[in-house]
Order: sequence, then structure tokens, then C-alpha cells
Amino acid sequence: MSTEALPQLTAKDFASDQEIRWCPGCGDYAILAQVKKVMPELGIPLEKMVFVSGIGCSSRFPYYMNTYGFHSIHGRAPAVATGVKLANPELTVFVVTGDGDGLSIGGNHLIHAIRRNLDVNILLFNNRIYGLTKGQYSPTSEIGKKTKSTPMGSVDNPLHPLSIAIGAEASFVARTVDRNVQHMAQMIKRAAEHKGTSFIEIYQNCNIFNDGAFLFATEKDQKDDTTVYIEHGKPMIFGKDNDKGIRLNGLEPEIVSLKDGTTKEDDLLFHDEKLAEPSLAYMLSRMRYPEFPEPMGVLRCVDQPLFELGMQKQIDDAIKAKGPGKLEDILLEGDTWDV
Amino acid sequence: MTTQTKTPKSVEQRTDVTIRFAGDSGDGMQLTGTQFTRTSAIFGNDISTFPDFPAEIRAPAGTLAGVSGFQVHFGSEELHTPGDIVDTLVAFNPAALKKNIDDVAEGGLVIVNEDSFGATDLKKAGFATNPLDDDTLSKYRLIRIPATKLTKEALKDSPLGARAVDRCKNFFALGLVSWLYGRPLEPVIDWIDKKFGKNPDVADANRAVLKVGHAYGETCEYFEHTYRVDKASLPAGKYRRIAGNDATALGFVAAAKLAGKELFYGSYPITPASDVLHALSRYKHFRVKTFQAEDEIAAICSSIGAAFAGDLATTGTSGPGLALKGEALGLAVMTELPLVVLNVQRGGPSTGLPTKTEQADLFQAMYGRNGECPLIVIAAKSPSDCFDAAIEACRLAVKHMTPVILLTDGYIANGEEPWSIPDVNKLPKIEVTHPTKINTNGDGSEGFLPYKRDENLVRPWALPGTPTLQHRIGGLEKQDGTGNVNYEPLNHEHMIATRAKKVALVAKDIPDQVVEGPTEGDLLVVGWGGTYGALKSACERVRGQGKKVAHCHVRHLNPFPSNFGDVLKRYKKVLVAELNCGQLRFILRATYLVDAAALNKVQGKPFLISEVENKINELLAK
Ligand SMILES: Cc1ncc(C[n+]2csc(CCOP(=O)(O)OP(=O)(O)O)c2C)c(N)n1
Ligand code: SF4
Ligand SMILES: [Mg+2]
Repeated sequence: MSTEALPQLTAKDFASDQEIRWCPGCGDYAILAQVKKVMPELGIPLEKMVFVSGIGCSSRFPYYMNTYGFHSIHGRAPAVATGVKLANPELTVFVVTGDGDGLSIGGNHLIHAIRRNLDVNILLFNNRIYGLTKGQYSPTSEIGKKTKSTPMGSVDNPLHPLSIAIGAEASFVARTVDRNVQHMAQMIKRAAEHKGTSFIEIYQNCNIFNDGAFLFATEKDQKDDTTVYIEHGKPMIFGKDNDKGIRLNGLEPEIVSLKDGTTKEDDLLFHDEKLAEPSLAYMLSRMRYPEFPEPMGVLRCVDQPLFELGMQKQIDDAIKAKGPGKLEDILLEGDTWDV
Repeated sequence: MTTQTKTPKSVEQRTDVTIRFAGDSGDGMQLTGTQFTRTSAIFGNDISTFPDFPAEIRAPAGTLAGVSGFQVHFGSEELHTPGDIVDTLVAFNPAALKKNIDDVAEGGLVIVNEDSFGATDLKKAGFATNPLDDDTLSKYRLIRIPATKLTKEALKDSPLGARAVDRCKNFFALGLVSWLYGRPLEPVIDWIDKKFGKNPDVADANRAVLKVGHAYGETCEYFEHTYRVDKASLPAGKYRRIAGNDATALGFVAAAKLAGKELFYGSYPITPASDVLHALSRYKHFRVKTFQAEDEIAAICSSIGAAFAGDLATTGTSGPGLALKGEALGLAVMTELPLVVLNVQRGGPSTGLPTKTEQADLFQAMYGRNGECPLIVIAAKSPSDCFDAAIEACRLAVKHMTPVILLTDGYIANGEEPWSIPDVNKLPKIEVTHPTKINTNGDGSEGFLPYKRDENLVRPWALPGTPTLQHRIGGLEKQDGTGNVNYEPLNHEHMIATRAKKVALVAKDIPDQVVEGPTEGDLLVVGWGGTYGALKSACERVRGQGKKVAHCHVRHLNPFPSNFGDVLKRYKKVLVAELNCGQLRFILRATYLVDAAALNKVQGKPFLISEVENKINELLAK
């Protein structure tokens, strides 16, 4: 590595020369802006970054970044990113995917990338719809969703990205929302800093095919009551007047009022993102609007062995044990004879 | 029926012999065959083997479905196939006898373990009566040995349990057959010592039974003679045995060394390709990265990612897996990244015949993708040739920035032959360059053009991590030069033509098509892949009868060598022989308007020399 100080990069340096082709008003713009804003803070040169995506509106993302980029095929970005990272672990790798890309066609790759725990950052733009194919319901659409392909409403049960990630042994899981740009920036930064696979679900508004899907979490007059911003070591308090909390009742969360003084802060559930056992994170991932406020923030952040390091270590160990491979030796393996 | 005669032994000289060991999957026939092969190879014979095992790991014991076989052909002359007809069959149970007896030469030796011909064994194999006692085997010389009983007797003092004792009986057969063909026991004993060193009881037992089997041949006096097969006069050199999958793995490792790259092999287990993954995973000290992916799609996609980031990227599978890789192959064509995709063909369609051989994936390799999607296709012709073919595939991929499909098949993947080990220093270097500077010129614009092409239409391989060369690639149609997404009609047409021409230009970088035999004549036999040995042998035979027949075996299937069209025109007739329903023939007819005849076989088995010979004679007689 060069010892020279890196030139101070700005968000502008991370912008490519390509015209952005998302619909005006699309939540993807806000995410792009925050990523470009956070990247300079990481102190990583442009050329050491690779953005890998699948297919979907969200997956156009790499074209707009002045880093290395790979717009791959539908659902396969985690696999492509795995190859990039294994080939060159010094690269900082981001995966950008959508709810259809990452959880429908690419669900298998997503869970396996997460369980392997390579040091890769996965941003899943969840707009609960297939944007690029013009508005079919997605695996995260709510039951009863009326779309072009479900005129009478969808009948299948949606899945929940955070629960999937935690079930897949994720070492870092967070959620944020496109309209809360400061929080989003924090989450992206924390994900980037985490060693291991970081998974962020970003609620993203598709104003064309699923407008207002996350109004509950973004509208001024309700968001304080419908979301809870969780922080490590802090009690789970929410509500416009910070007058509500989450308390554990047996194994179930419940909403309690702090107003009447019968419940004190100490009785509330305190967030601990570092628990080895993922039950708390999983429980949080199951809290859903409208029954519960939906958690925003880092649900889980633990240290787990990195796949690429494990692979490198085996290589180093093999070299230590056998010496650097010599072609002659393996060609002569087994019985040989002279003619 | 010829029964066991008691005449003194004489020694009969043979130029070549084919033995098949057959038994239940649990009888250890693969091991017996491998050890016999090893000994023969070390002794100095030319060898060619054909292991044939069931798809089920343990089909019900004693059934036809559970029969496992290993054929070895060894000789004092050059051999190119595992042998058409079996001279000696060792059958360890009735099912093995039933399944294999039709392949035995009339008058051939049939050695059976008579202890396993009880009523239930016979019933499981579907015999109404005991074939050892009626005239079922009257065409053959039957030798009945009580292998189970004698093994038990030999080990009556062994501390091993009854089942472990029973498992030693294949060494009895090995000892007996070794005696019959004058093979030394030392290589087997060395192997036993190494293999079971930590388990001396097992080592002692196997060694003892091996020797008892050998001694039995000497004393039983059932054999009219023993046989000698002298050393073969192979070209001078250092030799080893090699199976195709091992050779492919070594070829990949060698190619990475020659290119100064780290090898990446993404794969998902599938018969008969898994052995390549197994072999490569033992070469970590070469910095080989093997990645067992969650499926074939992830396997190829991870390899594409690794190629983008600068590894020598390879992925391997068999037919059904190649089908899954189709979309990603298109991505590799579009992004123009170097990638080698190994397809060890097996019987299809669908799951088909997982453990049997076939060549029916040529169309899939050539055309199995959406859109106009040409890539390089090459095939290996024999077990040892897999080494050279793997290096050639890697060389072409990195030099021409394109995916290459390397076709082998179950037959050469598992079959073994002696291999004259190449001199590492004589292997050709693989040149790889990565740009470090922006390549824009003239027009004043600054930046890096990822699709700026050289005279071969090859784009630069710029690696992430290189300052100032940041660029984006992907599966969408792109503008030539800049690589920017572009949907203009004429640009698309231009790009399709350019990608096709790039692959077509590879013809300048491959050797001319050679023929074995006369450069013109009455018939040209065309083949590709693992049928090489059978076609070569058949053509040599008919040439020996004075016929003007040549053989040409195609390594480069796309693009074809530039002279191939001319070669085809120099013969009155063309016969395309392949283990499918005529795929190469179809392509040759379309490409060269040649009225080629066909010899096709889709039985999960390789060609017999005689089948090819008969077809040649039939065509010549017309
Ligand atoms: C193999 C394949 N199947 C289907 C498609 C069509 N397709 C493109 S994007 C998409 C869904 C994208 O949805 P999502 O991942 O949620 O992305 P969004 O557009 O909503 O950001 C589909 C079905 C495709 N490109 N490739
Ligand atoms: S369709 Fe929806 S997700 Fe896609 S760009 Fe338009 S607004 Fe965004
Ligand atoms: Mg979506």
C-alpha cells in the first residue's frame, strides 16, 4: 500500500458520467445520493470499490457509480460478488439488489452469500414490487396486493428480508428507509465498516407502481408511532412524545405506555445488537406494522469468521505444509515408470 | 460345457488381453481392476481402462442394478480403447455374470466365485437354474473358484470379524488373475502396506488372501496355460497412469502457472465431473481456490466474478449443470470475460444416465443460450489429452477474452491410460496483459474504453483495483468502445457481428485440422472427443486391409480450423461417428454442405472398434 495520504474524495468523485434513468421521484435517487455521500468517508480509493448488481430498477445502480461495476444477471449478484471478493479480497464489494432480484429468483444465492459471511455489503432495495417489469407483486408484497398479475389480490404469504437474513446466520443486519437520509447514511457507513456480510434492507418507494408503500414509516404525523429506532444498549422507546416502549412479556414483545408511570424505562427491552444468540434480532425482525412499530437501525452486528480469510488460511497452511506448489511434483504424483 | 481340466500349464504369448472384473457394488471390483491396471502399467504394458459403475451408491445387494464393472485392456502394442471383447471375465455373483457374459469372447475364460451362486443369489439375478450347472456357459471356459470359502479358510486365525474377512475376497481374485497373467504381486503389496498401514490386521488379511489367490492358480491345475503379455514399446519417457478428470485438473493448474495467475474453480458436485473439484481442492498449495457453490448458476457466476477481478476462472459440471449455466454463459459472452467451462458429458436428457458416457451436449455447447451467443468450443480426445485440452481452453479464453466450453465425457473422464509426463519447461507460456493506463486517444476525450478492441477484436482485461480504469460492465447491449448501455438498432447489429467475428478470428490462432491416413481417398471418418481411440483403431484396421480410409478427429469445434472445409472435400465419402444422434454431422452439413453419412450410438457406452469397422466397410461397399 502507498503511504501517501489519499486525496480527499467527495460525493462528486463517485458519480459516473452516465445519465440516470430512474423515474423522477423514485426512492432510488435518495439511496444513490447517500451512498455517494458516505463513500468518501470510508477512505477507500475509487478503484478499490466494486458495485455488483442483478437485474431490476435498483440493479442499475452500478452504472451511476464511478467505481468498478458489474450489472450482472437476475438474482445472481451475490454469486458474482463472491467470486470478485475471493479473487481479490482487497476490494471493497457492494451488492445492490431488489426484493424480486434478491428474494425471488436470487433467494438461494442471497442466503448462501450471507451464511458464508464474506466481507461484502448487501443493499436490498425493498419496494415490495417488481419495478422494472412494470408492476407485478413481489415476494415482499403484502397479502391481497392487487397488481397487474394479481387483479384479485395476491394470495401468497410474503417473506421478510430481515428474518431471512437472520435465519441465514447473518453477522450484520439493519434496516433503514429512503426518506430518512441521515439514518440511511449511518446504516450504510456501519455496514461498510462491519467485517463480514452486511445486509441492509432499505425501504424504497416506487412512486410508479407501489406509491406510498412505506408512508407509515415516513409520514410526519405517524412515523414516530409506527417505527422504533433502535440503538445498542438503549431501551426501545418510540412515539411522538417518546411515551411508548417495547417490553418483553415471556417470549413476546408488547407495547407499553410510559405515560402513567407504572412502567419505567428499566422495565423495557434494551437493545443488544451483539448477542451471539440471534433470537432478539429475529424477534425484532418479526415486529410489523400495524401491530407493532417496525424497527429501524442495526438489529444485529456480531463477529463471525470471514469466508475469504478461511479460504486464504487454508491456502497459506497448505503452502506452509507442502511448500509452494511445483508443477513437476503433481505431474509425477502416484506411480511412475520409465520407458 | 468345458469344465476344469487338469493338464500341465504352458505359457501362451498374447499381444493384448481384455479383462473385466464384475461384481456387486460392495465387492470391491473397482479396486481390484485399478490394482491390476496399476501393476500392468508399472510392468510396462500399454493400458486402457473402462470403469462402469451404477448410479446408485449401493443398489440392493446381488441385483443386476448393483453390478459394478471394471474393464482393463493391456498389451504389448499401442492400445487406444479398453477393448471390444472381453477375454477374461471375473464374475463375483450371478448378477455380474448375467450382465456381462454377452461381452465375453467365445472360448473366453469365465472365472466365477461359486460360493455366491446360492439359491437367493440366483433368484436376485433372475436365474431360474444355476448357470454353472447347465449349458448356459458352454461357449466359454468356466473356472469355478470357491473364493469366499478359501478366503475364510486363509483368514481363520485373523482377528477380523466375519464381514471384514468376507470383504477380502476380491484380493483372492486379484491374486489369481495376477498369477494367470504373470503379473508381479509387489506393487499390490506395496499399495496394501501404504493404504492399510494404520490398520495392520486389515493389511495382513488382504496380503494373505492375495498370496493365497496367487498360490491357488499355481496348485489348482484348472488352467490349461498361463499368459504372457510383454512390455509395450511406448515412446521413451517417464510415464504414469492418468484418468481424464485428473488430467483436466492438472491442466487447469498448469495453465494458471503458465499464465502467472491464481486458479479459481467454482463448481457444484455432479457425476461425472466431481472428481475435478476433488482433485483441484487438493492443490491449495498452488493457491488454487476451489469454491463449492450452492448450485451451478452460482458456480459459474462466482467464476465470472473471479474473472472480472483477475483470476484464471474456471467452472466445471456435467450436462444438466451446463443447462443451468446457460444464462450466465451469455453474460460472459456479453461482458467478454475469459472463462473456461468444463462439461464432462453424460447420458441425457435430464438426469439421464449419470454414470454413463455420451456426446449429446454438442448442440448445447454450441447453441444452448439465448440470443446470438457464439463462444469457443473444444473437446478432449483421450484421458491424457484432457491435460492439453484444458491448457488450450485456458489459453484461448484469456487470449481472446471469451468463454470457452471444454467438452470431455464420462468415458475419458474415468478411463485411464499411460501418460508420457510432459516436461514442464516445454509447456508454452500463456501471455496475459492487464492495462494500467487509460486507452483513449485522438478524440480528446479522457477515460478508459473497456471495449476498445485490438486487431483480433479483443477488448482489454482491466482489473478492479487499477487506478483510473474504473468501468462498468454488464449484460445489457453496449456501445462498442465505451461499453455504455446502448439500444440503437445498428449498434446492436454491429455488436452481434463483432462478437461473432471475434470468435471466428480464433481460427487463425488454432492449428490446421490434421488427418491420420491418406490425405485423400475413399472415406474420411470424422469424430470428436472421447471416441478417438475406437475410430483410430478401426481406421488403422481397414487401412491394414488396403483401404483408402483416413481419420480426422476434431479438437476445435468452434471455430473449426480454417482448412477443415478443404479436408472434407478430399474424400469421396465422409462418415461422422459420434455418441449422439448426429450433432456434429448436422453442423458439418450446414457449414460445409457435405453429404456426410452417420454412425451414431446412444447406449451409454463407447464405440466398439468392430462397430466402426463394420460401418466403414458397409459404406465402402456401397
Ligand atoms: C431470468 C430473468 N427472468 C426475468 C427477468 C425479468 N425481470 C427483470 S427485473 C425483474 C424484477 C425486478 O424486481 P426487483 O428485484 O424488486 O427490482 P426493482 O425493479 O423493483 O428495483 C424481473 C422479473 C429477467 N431480467 N431475467
Ligand atoms: S419503476 Fe419504480 S422502482 Fe423503477 S425507477 Fe420507476 S419509480 Fe423507481
Ligand atoms: Mg422491487
